[in-house]
Amino acid sequence: MIPVAFNYVRARDVPDALRLLEAHGDDGKLLAGGHSLIPMMKLRLAAPGTIIDIGAIPGLTGIAHDGKRIEIGALTTHAALASSRELEQHAPVLWQAANELGDPQVRNRGTVGGACAHGDPSADYPAVMLALDATFTLTGADGTRDIGADAFFLGMFETALDPLEILTSIAFASAPNSAYAKFHHPASGYAVVGAAVKLTLAAGRIAAARVAFTGVGDAAFRALGVEAALAGVKTGDSAALDAACRDAAAGIEARGDTFASGEYRAAMADVFVRRAVAAALQPG
Amino acid sequence: MNVTFRVNGVEHTLDVEPRLLLVQALREELDLTGTHVGCDTSSCGACTVLLDGVSVKSCTMFAVQAEGRAVTTIEGIGTREDLHPMQEAFWTQHGLQCGFCTPGMIMSALDLIERNPNPTEEEIRYGIEGNICRCTGYENIVKAVTVAAAAVRAK
Repeated sequence: MIPVAFNYVRARDVPDALRLLEAHGDDGKLLAGGHSLIPMMKLRLAAPGTIIDIGAIPGLTGIAHDGKRIEIGALTTHAALASSRELEQHAPVLWQAANELGDPQVRNRGTVGGACAHGDPSADYPAVMLALDATFTLTGADGTRDIGADAFFLGMFETALDPLEILTSIAFASAPNSAYAKFHHPASGYAVVGAAVKLTLAAGRIAAARVAFTGVGDAAFRALGVEAALAGVKTGDSAALDAACRDAAAGIEARGDTFASGEYRAAMADVFVRRAVAAALQPG
Repeated sequence: MNVTFRVNGVEHTLDVEPRLLLVQALREELDLTGTHVGCDTSSCGACTVLLDGVSVKSCTMFAVQAEGRAVTTIEGIGTREDLHPMQEAFWTQHGLQCGFCTPGMIMSALDLIERNPNPTEEEIRYGIEGNICRCTGYENIVKAVTVAAAAVRAK
């Protein structure tokens, strides 16, 4: 499969990339790891006139942890996240999602920023970032702005990222009691259902929960009903945890396709969020 | 536009269209046809090569993205007279039938044992998850990687 012809330019750094975006306007498209964009270009679902390659910009990779918050450069690969001991301990929800994403070769090239900016409704990270209450730092010509995950994922392939901005980093508070449970599509590896859970525990109870799904609706979404139902539940009260995870996708029109009907996806949402809650309750 | 990169230790400068995929550059410009195109949709892994030592799917990368990088293909790891231990093990353990997936499978397995010199069977299966074989059922491939890992460790 051969993409439509395009011009290719390499950005040296972020200011250079912003200048190139400005110069090319609607015609320009950022390329990081390319594992969402290139397949779309090969299928001719995307045909940008100019590719601005930001893949080699220095300084946008790495995982920094100051004991409380974790900050990740947007060009950090899935493989780097998947092999991070820091994330394994302090944000297992993201570590697990990175390990379950794609396959080794895809993880070696794809980037966390690229995957988030793409806004695929079946991608793993949007649910993870919602559960983590992550903050996205977007850099534009006038400087940077921070936006929370709740306001970032807007719809199918739609995010709050302005066409002339670059997602440069993602930050969130440590979440030792967090987990991701995924129903893999057997062929594509995408999430048929992906459930991301972050729990705050106090005195043997769930003090607060953030719960989000991907794969189920037109975009990743928080399951506010499950969050409310989990609050206050004793961590050992299995029946109460079961009850809190019921009808997890209530109010969402679940997508159906040849592999899984909407009804099935909604049923699996309950199953997988229960698994994620159980995993998040294990010591981090 | 021009792109300069090393392939199997030799530097090449090619004048390519930006849309030329790395796998096409290898096969059609450099005549390195050991790297195969299977699905052409980033799924099957037949096109796997090493980029600076790390496994990548060369059908999901433009050649221009390889600027300044080092690419290793199946042609770069051994010769007919002096096979790489991974090639030797795929032979002795019958890790292939039709052979179409084999170059990609071997490149992925090399990345795997570079990161994890003594992988368990489960780790091998996870490590070759990005490579599809439609003949063998994977059993002998896993055996081959196990044998090759031991041979490389003994070296």
